[in-house]
Amino acid sequence: MIRLNRQLVAQIEWFLPVVTCALCALGLATVHSATYDPAHGVDPLVTRQLIWLGIGLAGMVVVLTLDYRTLERFAYFLYGLVVLTLIIVLASGVVGGGARRWLRIGPLTVQPSEPMKIVLILVLARYFSRAQLAPQGMRLRSLTIPLVLTAVPAAVILMQPDLGTVGVLLVVFATMAFVAGARLTPFVTVFALALASGPLLWAYLLKPYQQRRIMSYFNPEGDPLGAGYHIIQSRIAVGSGQFWGKGFLQGTQNQLNFLPEQHTDFIFSVFAEEWGFAGAIVLLILYFALVIRGFVIANRARDTFGALLCLGVAGMIFWGVVVNVGMTTGLLPVVGIPLPLFSYGGSSLVSLFVGIGLLMNVQMRRFTFVRGSI
Amino acid sequence: MGIGVVVLSFLLMAVRLWDLQINQGEAMRGLSEHNRIRLRRVPAQRGVIYDRNGVVLVENRPSFDVLLVPEDAGDVGQVAALLGRYLGDGIALDSAAHGQRGRAPYQGVVVRRDISWSGVAAIESRQLELPGVSLAVTPRRLYPFGTLAAHLLGYVGEATPKDLEQRAELRMGDLIGKAGIEQVRDHELRGIPGGEQIEVDAAGRGIRVLAEEPDIPGYSLVLTIDRDVQAAAEESLEGHNGAIVALDPNTGEVLALASRPTFDPNVFASGITAAAWRDLTKDPLRPLTNRATQGQYPPGSTFKIVVGTAALEERVVGLGKSVCCGGGLFFGGHFFRCWRKQGHGCLGFHRGLVESCDVFFYETGSRLGVDRIADYSRRYGLGGLTGLGLGSEEPGLIPDSNWKKRRFGEKWYPGETLSVAIGQGYVLATPLQMASLMGTVASSGIRYRPFVVKRIEGPGASVTEFKPEVAGKLNVSKSTLSSLQAALRDVVQGEHGTGQRARIDGVEVAGKTGTAQAAGAGVAQGGEQGAARRFRDHAWFVAYAPADMPTIAVAALVENAGQHGGTVAAPMARAVMERYLLGRSGQDDTAQQTASRAD
Repeated sequence: MIRLNRQLVAQIEWFLPVVTCALCALGLATVHSATYDPAHGVDPLVTRQLIWLGIGLAGMVVVLTLDYRTLERFAYFLYGLVVLTLIIVLASGVVGGGARRWLRIGPLTVQPSEPMKIVLILVLARYFSRAQLAPQGMRLRSLTIPLVLTAVPAAVILMQPDLGTVGVLLVVFATMAFVAGARLTPFVTVFALALASGPLLWAYLLKPYQQRRIMSYFNPEGDPLGAGYHIIQSRIAVGSGQFWGKGFLQGTQNQLNFLPEQHTDFIFSVFAEEWGFAGAIVLLILYFALVIRGFVIANRARDTFGALLCLGVAGMIFWGVVVNVGMTTGLLPVVGIPLPLFSYGGSSLVSLFVGIGLLMNVQMRRFTFVRGSI
Repeated sequence: MGIGVVVLSFLLMAVRLWDLQINQGEAMRGLSEHNRIRLRRVPAQRGVIYDRNGVVLVENRPSFDVLLVPEDAGDVGQVAALLGRYLGDGIALDSAAHGQRGRAPYQGVVVRRDISWSGVAAIESRQLELPGVSLAVTPRRLYPFGTLAAHLLGYVGEATPKDLEQRAELRMGDLIGKAGIEQVRDHELRGIPGGEQIEVDAAGRGIRVLAEEPDIPGYSLVLTIDRDVQAAAEESLEGHNGAIVALDPNTGEVLALASRPTFDPNVFASGITAAAWRDLTKDPLRPLTNRATQGQYPPGSTFKIVVGTAALEERVVGLGKSVCCGGGLFFGGHFFRCWRKQGHGCLGFHRGLVESCDVFFYETGSRLGVDRIADYSRRYGLGGLTGLGLGSEEPGLIPDSNWKKRRFGEKWYPGETLSVAIGQGYVLATPLQMASLMGTVASSGIRYRPFVVKRIEGPGASVTEFKPEVAGKLNVSKSTLSSLQAALRDVVQGEHGTGQRARIDGVEVAGKTGTAQAAGAGVAQGGEQGAARRFRDHAWFVAYAPADMPTIAVAALVENAGQHGGTVAAPMARAVMERYLLGRSGQDDTAQQTASRAD
């Protein structure tokens, strides 16, 4: 019989899993609405998402049983493993929608760029927590190694191409470097460099459809048949929800397939159309609570590694929400990233559950006297 | 600070939602009902195709299609019934109902293509009774000369689900090239469709255009084809099955490429009916097959040009009398006949080719052996694709001892070489290959890659010009070529030549006749009278002119003619060369004739 470490179990956090599951439930309902066809009933996508949800919960429990400091030891090993899978994807992945992002494993298709986000947080947290901080903050030189750690997977993912995920990796890096105590000057330097190399990247790295998407952000009328139309339709969907929404399964914009990627990238428009301003605000409050809870746990963590880990995960969720909602409401360009815990997509869901598991892990092991595994 | 960023961001999102859902909510709700903002694709004009002199071979005409949006129509059955009454019977109600499968909501279904002007007027004036019905102006392909060069030009048809899968730029209902130039050059011809973002009222009628993107017309093509020469080829093939290919031996430009039986590509332009399609595909004569490039026939005596070249170059025969023909030859226990029963007497290369003596070539062939014959055949481009760039092309067949081992696991028998030497046995060639062969002789051993597109004219002044390309060289001595050319000239111009019917007043012609036993003819050895049509001989004539400075090379093939090449095919080749060299029988006159026939 397994003997539970009672002291540890007593410290298990309940707030995070409850909020997470609430978000997932709403997400699942909205995926159902977005794919609903009265003639066919429940779409297989919903069932699949449900299975992924189970896998995610299992992953969360597994992560809880291990001390997060064990993970610290294996950080580089895990990092190497996922980067390797990314390279395999590039060589022999499944192509969909003009990109090579997936790997087929039995009946499931897996998107290794999703776990990459978590693994990157792990290695960055490890690196920054051990870096010797100069009294006046980190200089550009001490940022080089973490920058390379970020750039390698980012470059591989850029080749898939998946601009959204690359953006998330870069933002996660910036967030963690910043909270780890990097000074503002190196950031300005990097930003200036990026800006200077922009035209080059534009011409050589971006595919025409990506160029169009960015152009259409600055000038949506410029591409009335493509991205411009998507932005307008998404805005109409969100706006037409008004205060109380049109009701579950009653959204017309999404029901009629006007929204592109309605069950993934544009899921928020579907939700906002059916649940209105009231529903959207509730959703935002849930996300807000999740992120703030992550900050609180980071604050209480017993070591820098744990704190950075939590900030990384909270930052990843935060930026995911901001970019996705910003895109669907026409505030930001269409960069195609999923809404965390909400959009259809198994790899993303499981990775996020592991991330939430990490937060809980740090929380329950915050006191020095409790250690080890459950 | 981190918390500050988070709080501020969430506030910003909330404010944006307030603005969209509360401030603009009413307006947005209105726009969302009936999907008030829609996209309408405007298909691009396909590129025009010209002949080498600027005569339009393919163009576009506007046509009206009736579109029905079932969501706007309310009672689809009733609207369809009304439409049926206004347009005459047989409105495709099925497509209105079944079109829903795989169709995005609010996407119109084409219920009738290419309606008449009176139909347009009827629908326009009854807009109010017909909710959800609209007219779309669609460019349609028009082939003003009807069947002229149908196999070469090809035809268009609706993109199949497979096409849609393979080419992301296509949408359901798009017309794409399905054969010939239309297919091979579809990317250049199709252009980029434009579209409009329109606001519609509750009945689906457009109120205003919110934004539009103009279509970009497809590129124009200028072909190497000469319409008049093509017409001459088609006219002479009338009533026969076969093919004629004419090309410029100095560049490889194809001047005419005709195949019979044929079809009218206009039938495909507004959607071919199932019955018409069945007729075309089930026809035993297979009118959709391009016999000029896909028809593989034994070349018969025209192949003696290849064997003759090899014989001279390899010095297995001299120019003096070297073989005696007594009407046939015993070889390996078989009697191989010469076409002339009484025999040719003793002759050398010149008379051997001019009078097409079979015994002479049996003898030379067996001295050369099959592998040397195969080598020279390949130097002429036989047994491989010419690279015409018209999609469907067959390579023909040049046998050698290796091939036989691979194919049948057997060694090559010397007796088989005799059949090969007169272009029978396993040897197969397409009319295009034979024209290219004749071009190679005419240009003194340089084989140009035959091509049909001379120029692609893009938007503005951008032009892609196609230059002649050398596909291969014969690599034989000058004396071999001049002996060969002299003999070919005498086939037509000489007293005893077999191709005298190809003579043109004032121009010297060089050529070679061929009469090839159709595959399986051995089975029906009941004499030509009783033989089924498909066992009758094929008639060949290959030629170039003027003999001293050739500007045109021609191959004419008549399938199962049952007559000699010199009798039936030579006059066809003559007509084509005559039209090109002398421009006879009034260009305007024929243009009108053909145009009125197309109507």
